[in-house]
Amino acid sequence: MNFYILTLIKAGLVAFVLLTTAAYLVWIERKLLAHIQLRLGPQRVGPHGLLQPLADLVKLVTKEGLIPQQVNKIYFLLAPFAAVMLALISISVIPFGPEVEIFGQRTWLQLTDLKIGVLFVLAISSIGVYGVALGGWASNNKYALLGGLRSSAQMISYELPLALAIAAPLLLSNTLSFRELVETQSGFLGGVLGNWNLWYQPVSFLVFLISAFAETNRVPFDLPEAENELVAGFHTEYSSLGFAAFFTAEYANIITACAVGTHIWLGGWQPIIAPHLGGIWVPSLVFAFFGIMSLFHATQPARRWDKYTFPVLGLAALGLAALFAIPLLQPVLVPLFWFAAKTGALIFLFIWIRGTLPRFRYDQLMRFAWTFLFPVALVNLLVTGLVVALQP
Amino acid sequence: MPASFPDLYFPVLLQVVIAFAVATGLVAMAFLVGKRVRGKVKEMPYECGIPPTGSARERFSVKFYLVAMVFILFDIEAIFLYPWAVVYRELKLFAFVEMFVFIALILAGFFYIWKKGVLNWSREEPEVVTERRYPDAV
Repeated sequence: MNFYILTLIKAGLVAFVLLTTAAYLVWIERKLLAHIQLRLGPQRVGPHGLLQPLADLVKLVTKEGLIPQQVNKIYFLLAPFAAVMLALISISVIPFGPEVEIFGQRTWLQLTDLKIGVLFVLAISSIGVYGVALGGWASNNKYALLGGLRSSAQMISYELPLALAIAAPLLLSNTLSFRELVETQSGFLGGVLGNWNLWYQPVSFLVFLISAFAETNRVPFDLPEAENELVAGFHTEYSSLGFAAFFTAEYANIITACAVGTHIWLGGWQPIIAPHLGGIWVPSLVFAFFGIMSLFHATQPARRWDKYTFPVLGLAALGLAALFAIPLLQPVLVPLFWFAAKTGALIFLFIWIRGTLPRFRYDQLMRFAWTFLFPVALVNLLVTGLVVALQP
Repeated sequence: MPASFPDLYFPVLLQVVIAFAVATGLVAMAFLVGKRVRGKVKEMPYECGIPPTGSARERFSVKFYLVAMVFILFDIEAIFLYPWAVVYRELKLFAFVEMFVFIALILAGFFYIWKKGVLNWSREEPEVVTERRYPDAV
């Protein structure tokens, strides 16, 4: 198959999966937050509220896109446009799996593997601040202005520790390509523990995580949209899909940040359990266990709908288990599973922390970035450099 | 496997096109689809229902400007570290010493702006005020 046609298919697939995941992340987040707070969360639209993202989309499309009188129209429209466009670009260098053979053609499970992949993602995420800053300024609203300014100051302040934290594992791997970064983390320590950068670089991973929270404007650093003081911050004046654009961008950014963290520290698509310990069957076992549990619960329905939803869920999970057990598909699916599992775990952490921690105060936030995270990341980098330099 | 420059960057271009289409679609649909009803009150800046006072185009705390300036200096430093990290294993201690000198210079600047109070976001401590008030009282 032609390289360009294959790329076209891959790009379409990636965009579709990214946007769907971003939409369903809203559902997952609402559900998880609800369960953390002992509520049920969305459950009116479809079984367990599964059609909620669709309903939200329909509602947002049919709402009136309001352009208030006082705004600077060009920038007001440019802001959500820039936010969502920049959030979707950086996924093009993120790999999802190793080199595989599909229809007799070898290809990457990735759009493209730039030699400067890490720099590319950093650069695009730096420009991402424009969406928020422009939105805040162009709205010509005091809340939006405060939110936009806070956000831009916060995002550029945490950009520094983020960049320094990423530089430290690069000293170990000596490459800027995500694919090579993951390949340097192959193998198992003692035959059991994955040879991840995390074990050598725990400090930089923590700094990266904290900065990633701030970069994506998430709790505990969600001051740009602190609803109890700024209404909604930079997107106060946005309605309809302009509002949705900011949220699509936010969730796409979270996915990208988690994928970057997975690739640099958590060994990307490398399996958690070594192949000689049966790692290749783990996805099948996980799905099979999930399916059997669902079928078991279907026999003892606790709620009215459980009679219908659990068998469907169980059969779907068993089907997936069977799919992951086909030897022909395993080289493609198993790395995808590990990548999705690790990224999903990080995304879960993002939501979990939102349900757990209160918000920072603004001066604490800035002081934390400049006088704590920045020096810590720098010292970590120097120590790593010294250790690597003294290695024979 | 793509190896040539155009082949490596073609997918990026494609992704940019897709992102452009999605972004344009979202923003255009927002302001084209849906009933539009205009109203004077509706188009005022939102200030929690109270008639807005003044404009949002006011002068604003200079701290944000300072942070932006400081950021540019330090971020350039951080970007310098990337090519350094890639060739690090070839140069070893030489690279370390070179970068150590560079980072030490940058750090000197960092401590200077720290001492100057650029990074101090909270208001001044009320010590000066208490000093003035109490000598008279005692």
